[in-house]
Amino acid sequence: MRAVRPGDWLVIAAGLLATAATAAAQWGRSPPAMAQVRLDGRIVAELPLNGTHRIALDGALAARGQTVIEVEPGRARIAADPGPRQYCVQQGWLTRAGSVAVCAPSHISLQLVGPGGAHDTVAF
Amino acid sequence: MAPSATTLQVEPSARDRRLARYAAAAIVASLVEAAIPSPLPGVKPGLANIVILIVLARHGWRDAAWVSVLRVVAGSLLAGQFLAPGFFLAGAGALASLAVLGALQAVSWHWLGPVGRSVAAAFAHIGAQLLLARLWLVPHDGLFNLAPVFFGASLLFGILNGIVAARLMQEKA
Repeated sequence: MRAVRPGDWLVIAAGLLATAATAAAQWGRSPPAMAQVRLDGRIVAELPLNGTHRIALDGALAARGQTVIEVEPGRARIAADPGPRQYCVQQGWLTRAGSVAVCAPSHISLQLVGPGGAHDTVAF
Repeated sequence: MAPSATTLQVEPSARDRRLARYAAAAIVASLVEAAIPSPLPGVKPGLANIVILIVLARHGWRDAAWVSVLRVVAGSLLAGQFLAPGFFLAGAGALASLAVLGALQAVSWHWLGPVGRSVAAAFAHIGAQLLLARLWLVPHDGLFNLAPVFFGASLLFGILNGIVAARLMQEKA
């Protein structure tokens, strides 16, 4: 009797199909749709990621300058912030749904949200 | 209570001895495998399933079920995993595999050989484990992000184990 029989090929094909289908379903990421800007935890601006926008707003450090948020198709960044350490500015362009840049001294955050509410991280 | 005067002696039958031999082989296979480092918890070759497949082909589903259950219980005792999460994952996988192998017994071995059965059982195994892990250990859908990796590994090792089982049976036959 042969080692590999007709039905075996069928099962292998079904397995390949199942693997490919789950890979497509799980890894075919939907691009982010919207950039949310928060000040003191409240959403102050929602910018769609299909155009180019530039907004400047006053955060907690308004006396030292404004926070500038730039949006280009598919990505967004904090272009300028008066905070002392510039973490949120140095984070650069955000491109994935769920990613966040936080300017803690200014009480401002920028987050990309996808069509489904993606989690940025989960820990147990 | 006073010890009973009657001595009960259970004579192991030829089938008992055969099952014990196969179970011992399967346990050794799973212990050897535990020593192989794996890049991802859950991705394992499942070498013990070669033994299960051979028992299934030669002696039928009931014997294969015995060997599989003995393998999980005794193997986990030896590895110090008894009643640990890994034990329940292994048990869920083994029971799901056995269910699929049992259903496939209705299909002729001339048409569906060890390779196909091995792949089907491997998918049932990882499917049940993913489900149990999702319900119990990692209650978040993020777990399913790894499903394609697990499925790919199931396919690969299912095929390899099936081929090894088929070759071993050809040699002996």
